[in-house]
Amino acid sequence: MSEILLMKGNEAIAEAALRAGCQGYFGYPITPQSEVLEYLSQHGEKRGMVVLQAESEIASINMIYGAAGAGARVMTSSSSPGISLMQEGLSYIACAELPCVVVNINRGGPGLGTIQPSQGDYFQAVKGGGHGDYKLLVLAPATVQEMADLVFDGFDLADKYRNPVMILADGALGQMMEKVAFREYDVTKREIPKWATTGKNGRKERNIITSLHIKSEEMEKVNQHLQKKYCEMQEHEVRFQEVQTEDAEYLLVAYGLSARIAHKSVQIARDNGIKAGLLRPITLFPFPSNRIHTLCKQVRAVLTVEMNAGQMYEDVRLAANGVVPVEFYGRMGGIIPSPEEVYERLKRMVSPESVSQEVKI
Amino acid sequence: MNATAELDIQFKDLDVVYERPDTLTDARLHYCPGCGHGVVHRLLMEVVEELNIKDRTIGVAPVGCSVFAYNYLDIDMQEAAHGRASAAATGIKRVFPDKIVFSYQGDGDLAAIGTAETIHTANRGEKILVVFINNAIYGMTGGQMAPTTLDNMKTSTSPFGRNPDHVGHPLKITELLAMLPGTYYVTRVAVNSPRNVRIAKKALLKSFEYQMQGKGLCFVEVVSNCPSGWKMTPVESNKWLEENMLPMFPLGDIKVPSDE
Repeated sequence: MSEILLMKGNEAIAEAALRAGCQGYFGYPITPQSEVLEYLSQHGEKRGMVVLQAESEIASINMIYGAAGAGARVMTSSSSPGISLMQEGLSYIACAELPCVVVNINRGGPGLGTIQPSQGDYFQAVKGGGHGDYKLLVLAPATVQEMADLVFDGFDLADKYRNPVMILADGALGQMMEKVAFREYDVTKREIPKWATTGKNGRKERNIITSLHIKSEEMEKVNQHLQKKYCEMQEHEVRFQEVQTEDAEYLLVAYGLSARIAHKSVQIARDNGIKAGLLRPITLFPFPSNRIHTLCKQVRAVLTVEMNAGQMYEDVRLAANGVVPVEFYGRMGGIIPSPEEVYERLKRMVSPESVSQEVKI
Repeated sequence: MNATAELDIQFKDLDVVYERPDTLTDARLHYCPGCGHGVVHRLLMEVVEELNIKDRTIGVAPVGCSVFAYNYLDIDMQEAAHGRASAAATGIKRVFPDKIVFSYQGDGDLAAIGTAETIHTANRGEKILVVFINNAIYGMTGGQMAPTTLDNMKTSTSPFGRNPDHVGHPLKITELLAMLPGTYYVTRVAVNSPRNVRIAKKALLKSFEYQMQGKGLCFVEVVSNCPSGWKMTPVESNKWLEENMLPMFPLGDIKVPSDE
């Protein structure tokens, strides 16, 4: 590990990309993630990275398509409205199986919304987002340190599965400053993939990058191949963190910034004699459904905490599959819930009669 | 000596004057009879072969009739999203500047849905070749109005003729791009006659040579026909092109390199 630095989440992502041997970054400014583009504009070229401010997020993602298809390790980043513009490109990238890292520093929506932090893009990130049946591998950091770590892992996973990887954070994680140390990473170990369009260079067969398979039978085979890949991800790449779940009677499930808040709520609950625990998914796709299901058999109820109207909530309910009640608490529009209000919601689940009249949530 | 052996000997004694370049695959073209795409494909690949750059050339195909260009061009190819070929080409060229990169796009792709990408790729002076096939119609989707459809020209979505009061006049994007400092060489050619085919090949050759020299963006518009979309025979379509397309889209260099 390198020395410990104090950095913004967005800067940590940019610095990690440089250290991970990212060869190209194509992006467009949007609050609250512009620091990624700014940092790389400042430091990228002299450290050997191509950094280009594109005319739009549509152009950015298609530059990613071209460069990734030619075998380069590449990244783009944006925030919610910009990520929406990239969905067409992401669908093409997923079908053409091009490895890349796409960072979404989620802000409040819908529409132009607000520049404040949100988790409102969960569905878009984990259910595909663009047209057709495909999945991104979605990583959800909760600290600035993880913002950096998951960039390295993201590039490796993208190569391993020939699949776009999304890092889904939020405006608070992008803007907050925390300590971060960057891992040692051997950038020489990555080779240009054999399938890349590098020019034939003596090869007998040409390489083609495409998402077009006009015959239905072929297109179905492509789909089956993709689905098989997603099953492999589900089997091998699930990541999560647990806090005090061993004896937990109430399980909180939250990711990213919400998980940090829920962690504090668990502490408050424990201080008040409620045996609460937390499961924090780190991979949102693949989702830790099996582990959540197992824990559901142990606890009395589950509370999902998000900064949206209840999106991961649906996946938690699917994982619970009716074993225990699953409830939801969330704030929207860029509001970050406090640990106390999450605790109050939990208390209402534990004993509805115990909630005092003045507590309004 | 049987007849076949006799033929073999006769062929051996002949000079080859015309053959498929190595850079074209043996696949049967899906294009309609008389369509200009096949000619332009061949010209491109002849030039790539003559310049001996097939090992480092990467093409980007569009969405439109030439969406399957990669079936015919025996080089590494990418198939981009509709309108985004120049952005994909930018991505390739930026990370691998030693490669020779071109995009191949139709009028709907380049001058409608991809206008922003086209203009900004040109304005940045990306060191690529953009081949623009202008046949004034959406051929692939069955003959709808294109940004370059002529005034009063009938298409399936302008059944009474293009009404400029309703949808504007045809977009002369090539002239527009020539105004940008980022473009290095901008020309308009056609493939409707042997003479024009020769001129078109020369423009493509020059463009690849400029790219090999590290010069800026080269833009070659090819005014082409669409016998099916125009509902004409190939011969009629070439005549119609001459009489109607060329007055609106006159042939010739629009911008020549300033340092030559």
